[in-house]
Amino acid sequence: MTESLRLAPFAPSGVVAFVEATSGQTLNDCYQCGKCAAGCPLARASDLSPQQVIRALQLGQPDVALDSRAIWLCVGCQTCVTRCPCEIDLPRVMDALRVWAMANRRAAAQREVPIFHRVFLKSVELLGRAYEIGVVGGFNTFSGHFFGSADLGWPMFVRGKLKPLPQRTRARGEVAAIFQRAEAMRARECAAAQRDAGGERP
Amino acid sequence: MTAYAYYPGCSLHGTALEYAKSTEAVCRALGIELKEIEDWNCCGASSAHTVNPWLGHGLVARNLQLAHATGLKELVLPCAACYARFKETAHALGDPATAARIEEVAGGDVPRDLAIEPLLKIVVEPERIERIQSSVVRPLTGLKLAPYYGCLLTRPPDVAQFDDPEDPQTLDQLMRVLGAEVVRWPGKTACCGSSLALSRTDVVLDLSHQLLAWAEAAGADAIVTACPMCHSNLDTRQGQMRRSGRGDHKMAVYYFTELMGVALGLGLSELGIHKHLTDAVAPLARVPAAAGN
Repeated sequence: MTESLRLAPFAPSGVVAFVEATSGQTLNDCYQCGKCAAGCPLARASDLSPQQVIRALQLGQPDVALDSRAIWLCVGCQTCVTRCPCEIDLPRVMDALRVWAMANRRAAAQREVPIFHRVFLKSVELLGRAYEIGVVGGFNTFSGHFFGSADLGWPMFVRGKLKPLPQRTRARGEVAAIFQRAEAMRARECAAAQRDAGGERP
Repeated sequence: MTAYAYYPGCSLHGTALEYAKSTEAVCRALGIELKEIEDWNCCGASSAHTVNPWLGHGLVARNLQLAHATGLKELVLPCAACYARFKETAHALGDPATAARIEEVAGGDVPRDLAIEPLLKIVVEPERIERIQSSVVRPLTGLKLAPYYGCLLTRPPDVAQFDDPEDPQTLDQLMRVLGAEVVRWPGKTACCGSSLALSRTDVVLDLSHQLLAWAEAAGADAIVTACPMCHSNLDTRQGQMRRSGRGDHKMAVYYFTELMGVALGLGLSELGIHKHLTDAVAPLARVPAAAGN
């Protein structure tokens, strides 16, 4: 269950500027109607509701958002943006917060989620495609949930749904180059935001 | 024969192989030629855009370049999740400044003129739905279905540009054409928990259990979907729901292409229907056999 949010007075923040620039959203457009929270399938598992995440950013306190489980639990179901009377694309705001958090190696309140993303993307970077056994094995190893989903392994394997060997993209160099160029662009944007914020703590 | 560039996506080559088999079989039967794009890569799924939006766009952009190289004008995707990523990038390409950066990451021009369509939309085009109607040899009479669209086929509406985001109808209409009965239920566009399957399995089990319970309460015999992620969470995890005390479900979850294939008289093994973790063959016993069989 979410509780009422306790916030300090407004402070300007480079992180908020980064989030607005990366998401393309104007956070002050939100007048806190709560329609997003009403339809959010993850709200009951979360600490902050979606409009509380926005509120924290409006008041210049990104740490409240960055330290929440909410930003990691959002799966991008797009219900909130579909219903928002101000047309705020909340999933993009959540993406921008996660990009900042991961780029700055902040501890995630739901640590399993960024572990999953990193392992999944490592498969794509190395092979060009998702390799299920590798992703599950990697996730279980790095998260410490050693037998997670193990009960599904054999039934899926015998049905041919888990392939022992990975599928691959032949031109893996092309995929790897996309990873490199995308990383360079992201690093440039994060550095610029930090510069604008005058060396603020990431 | 009408030809389309075809992006199956990673799931259809693995966990959703019955979606691939039934898609290919049904398209063959309907004279739809699918030309799989050469050497495609993963679209980045739910992970790439979360770590770095430019990575998400870059991975999709390479596939758009490859689709363009086929010379075909339409790209068809069976997977709702891949479809959403492709449409997101196509939408982003509409802004010149963003497009320039996507092309920088992609390392070259990215085509803007491809029509990107979900497979579900292709099969219900007017002349095709007429052909389906006249080709049904085994109407799905007696089968009550809960049509499940999930999140990404229709949302957000200005990006997905498909059907209605709150009360979509395409699957409903297609299933009625096949002879099935369609139930009204509250889960049509609710979320199954998606990519939290590994990282927060408990959340996925809660949400997917709720969907199955809603479908049962509405009197459905089975759920029909167009998304491998939804299918995986709903079909594969019913044993975990039972063992964790959430609920005892035995509900088949079909891809719409499987049910199209059944109605068109194709063989169950050709469609991959025996590949489900929750028995999907038994509910078809209530459907009368094809005339002449």
